[in-house]
Amino acid sequence: MNKILEIKNLSKTFHTKMGEIKAIDNVTFDVFDQEFICIIGSSGCGKSTLLNIFANLDNYTNGNIIKKDNLKIGYMLQEDALLPWLTILDNALLGLEIKKIKTKENVEYVKKLLEKYGLNGFLEKYPHQLSGGMRQRVALIRTLAIKPDLLLLDEPFSALDYVSRLMVSEDVAKIIREENKTVIMITHDISEAISLASRVIVLSKRPATVKNIYKIDIEGNTPMERRKSSKFAHYYNLLWKDLDKNV
Amino acid sequence: MSDEQRKYLRSLRLRKYFVIFCQISIVLGFFIIWEYLANKNIINTFVFSKPSKIMETIINLAIQNNLFVHIVTTLKEVLISFILGILLGFIIAIILYEFPIISDIVDPFLTMLNSLPKVALGPLIIIIAGANTKSIIVMALLINLIVSIITIYNGFVNIDEKKIKLVKSFGANKIQILTKLIIPSSYKTIISSLKLNISMSLIGVIMGEFLVSKAGLGYLIIYGTQVFNLSLVMSGILLLVIISYILYKIITFIEGKLIKNF
Ligand SMILES: Nc1ncnc2c1ncn2[C@@H]1O[C@H](COP(=O)(O)OP(=O)(O)OP(=O)(O)O)[C@@H](O)[C@H]1O
Ligand SMILES: [Mg+2]
Repeated sequence: MNKILEIKNLSKTFHTKMGEIKAIDNVTFDVFDQEFICIIGSSGCGKSTLLNIFANLDNYTNGNIIKKDNLKIGYMLQEDALLPWLTILDNALLGLEIKKIKTKENVEYVKKLLEKYGLNGFLEKYPHQLSGGMRQRVALIRTLAIKPDLLLLDEPFSALDYVSRLMVSEDVAKIIREENKTVIMITHDISEAISLASRVIVLSKRPATVKNIYKIDIEGNTPMERRKSSKFAHYYNLLWKDLDKNV
Repeated sequence: MSDEQRKYLRSLRLRKYFVIFCQISIVLGFFIIWEYLANKNIINTFVFSKPSKIMETIINLAIQNNLFVHIVTTLKEVLISFILGILLGFIIAIILYEFPIISDIVDPFLTMLNSLPKVALGPLIIIIAGANTKSIIVMALLINLIVSIITIYNGFVNIDEKKIKLVKSFGANKIQILTKLIIPSSYKTIISSLKLNISMSLIGVIMGEFLVSKAGLGYLIIYGTQVFNLSLVMSGILLLVIISYILYKIITFIEGKLIKNF
């Protein structure tokens, strides 16, 4: 398989008036083409910081990141951050607009995605008229619109109730499979990680280091099928024991 | 529509009519009582004038044809300082936002200027800008500009960091961040600064006209005082009240049109 991202001995320290905060310490792992990686770790351990660095939104203190040439990265932030003054369609087109690639084909592609994921009647509506789940889907489509090779998802389902969460993660898994994307997804939810990922990276509490990387070898094509697998509980126990708890 | 809904809407309408009725009654009552007290010599008409005399004065002014000139003069000055204030305020706010270091440096000076009673600078302005319309505009600008800068700048600063992160994640450059995010998201603040700015401009212009002018409503008032024609003073004040109310309504109307969308 093709390596598209290589992270070597990555460290990050924040400098603030209050003092230094070491958020990431010596993190090393590789990402291969069409992998679905889930990262779990306790709250405040440095997960979002890691994605920010991958997306070039933040610099790092030490280490090295090697990206495949012309790797296009799409970042779905922890909060949906839809712009309230833009319609749903315009929100979904924001990335294309900024990158100045709002071609007819790309707009059609976005419209098709919106349609496919149940937002057909809402193109001219505004974000406040949508439910939490719908907003989340718009944010995902906005990220997919620029046709990224690597998707960074920061707790994409955290704003949803349990049932919508299962439904949307079913959707997302399908979109990602169909569009052949590589994904790094952050989650707090161990069962979500097992149901979606091909590998799960467990981070320690702050400063984040890699505690373990698990290859998830489980039968089932969809998250729902995976949850029903007999190995599910096995992985759950493994990850649960590994995870640092904030109590 | 259900009966309850219809009843509800009807009660809303009735309430609105009642409010308007009361407002008109208050205005009419005020003038009638004023006129009555003046006619019965209970109040001194030399100081307080009376509505019928004020009307007469206004009609006289209108017939002698210079009332219009005074109103237009004041309006023109207000408009010029309003537009200048908004434009300059907007541009300076952008500069302060884009260069936080400048913002830090000028912060105490802005605060000082903001808290200084600008009228104290009047004589100085006249010496520098000359005894003409320019001084009036400068006076009004001094009063509306600082407030505009501070309001618009605060709108910029208060924008959600996450949204900046979002547009940056798509590789937005500084100008794109400004045009696609900062300015549209401060839209409401900018519009509400218009409202503030129009009243400030009016205050500044009248203050300026008090100090130096050959025409305008402020001039009418100050001239009336000098020749002890209190009816003229009252007419000036009345016209000013009406004009400032109309200007305010126009801005509110524009505001409503502009921020209807979301
Ligand atoms: N811009 C910043 N300046 C200073 N410290 C920061 C900054 N961003 C994050 N931190 C600190 O770095 C640590 C890691 O933050 P991060 O947002 O990566 O955590 P997280 O793992 O994503 O947490 P959560 O699960 O709650 O989203 C936290 O302790 C946070 O306080
Ligand atoms: Mg986070």
